[in-house]
Amino acid sequence: MEIAVNTNTDASAIAPPLWLLAELTYRCPLHCVYCYNPLNYAENRNELTTAQWIDVMQQARKLGAAQLGFSGGEPLVRDDLEELIAEGHRLGFYTNLITSGVGLTEARIARMKEFGLDHIQLSFQDSTKEMNDFLSSTKTFDLKSRVAKLIKQYDFPMVLNVVLHRQNLDHVGQIIEMALAMGVEYLELANTQYYGWGLINRDHLLPTREQLERAEAVVNDYRAKIGNKVRIIFVVPDYFEKRPKACMNGWGSVFLAIAADGTALPCHAAKSLPGIDFPNVTQQSVRAIWYDSDAFNKFRGDAWMKEPCRTCPEKIKDFGGCRCQAYALTGDATNADPVCDKSPHHGTVQKILLDTELLQKNKAQQQTTQPILFRTDANSRRFASKIDAPTQ
Amino acid sequence: MNDYPDKPKLSRLFRLQWEEAQNNYVLLYPEGMVKLNQSAAEILKRCDGNQDTAAIVSALESAFSVSGLQDEVEDFLSVANERGWIG
Repeated sequence: MEIAVNTNTDASAIAPPLWLLAELTYRCPLHCVYCYNPLNYAENRNELTTAQWIDVMQQARKLGAAQLGFSGGEPLVRDDLEELIAEGHRLGFYTNLITSGVGLTEARIARMKEFGLDHIQLSFQDSTKEMNDFLSSTKTFDLKSRVAKLIKQYDFPMVLNVVLHRQNLDHVGQIIEMALAMGVEYLELANTQYYGWGLINRDHLLPTREQLERAEAVVNDYRAKIGNKVRIIFVVPDYFEKRPKACMNGWGSVFLAIAADGTALPCHAAKSLPGIDFPNVTQQSVRAIWYDSDAFNKFRGDAWMKEPCRTCPEKIKDFGGCRCQAYALTGDATNADPVCDKSPHHGTVQKILLDTELLQKNKAQQQTTQPILFRTDANSRRFASKIDAPTQ
Repeated sequence: MNDYPDKPKLSRLFRLQWEEAQNNYVLLYPEGMVKLNQSAAEILKRCDGNQDTAAIVSALESAFSVSGLQDEVEDFLSVANERGWIG
């Protein structure tokens, strides 16, 4: 997601949401090892009805949201997706379908075109069939390749999204070649962010700095060579940075996600934060949720910040980084994101990187780490019994 | 010599739209949005692939009863081209 706005520094006024992400379902035919969905997603199977989603879309549009993303899980498992697209289009949203491609038949894509879908983001796990199918724990490479052709046949602007990590970073050149061959307009190379399933599988995914720099050099060579033909977005692998990302452009600033069951979230991963009672659209209006709820106001502005953020001149740029990362790595969501080298916890991130280097160097005598965990209902249920997560 | 097309046209990847809540024109594109100032929006509205720069300048000058807009329009079209907004 990219929102280029003239930053309004008037902290007293809460700006309206600009992005509505509808996570229509947690059901998904894929089992990707870095999925950002909550570990215990299988615990709650409630999904909003068509009428409830339409109501949410109408409310959010009224508040000012202009971008609408359909995501999940896999949004195509909902039979009413086309109906929701039609309504989104009618309301004046720019409509984005974020999909694995599984279930995207020609009949469905033709209807989506007719109903005004603006753009499709298709995920691939790798440029090779073997790695794609391994990481998603499915046989989907050939199917995805067919879907990519359909998307271009129906003249949709297309983003190819590939999540990068240790297992596929060395393939980045072939991934770019694949994007060129498909004729996509944008290639999003999204280095894994360590939340949800990505966090528990981090030992299998985190690259070394050297591997990352090699991949980045390949990307830059291609950028120079192909110019604007395909715009390559290289999402920063923040563990390797000295300053945190401006996560979500600030909490409750532009982004509103609605989870499958109607829970409203200021970011996709926010359910990982303990002690926050996230509001639900079945109980409150979207306006009340955005402007008045404790959850959406919790990390707005800077009153919640501790040092070093509180007095840091860069707090207006990065808002202290990511709350979920601060919680995951320091145990306190109000701490600075430890990616920042001003954070007293920055050593935690450095140690994780160092351990990865060592692990890679001593592969031979590598100790048994936790096996890679696919995002499956069975694994999720195991977590559900362990996690002390706030439930609806 | 300009680096953008003679008759610039808004790229199919972008949608120009008035947003009431923001009191602003915006450009919408896959998963992103740019807020436009008024002059940028007025120029882009006229990038329909049928008018050359001179025609766009004269249309703007007559619509807003001003003169001497050529440099501003050309500068903007260069930037718009670089960002892929027009083709």
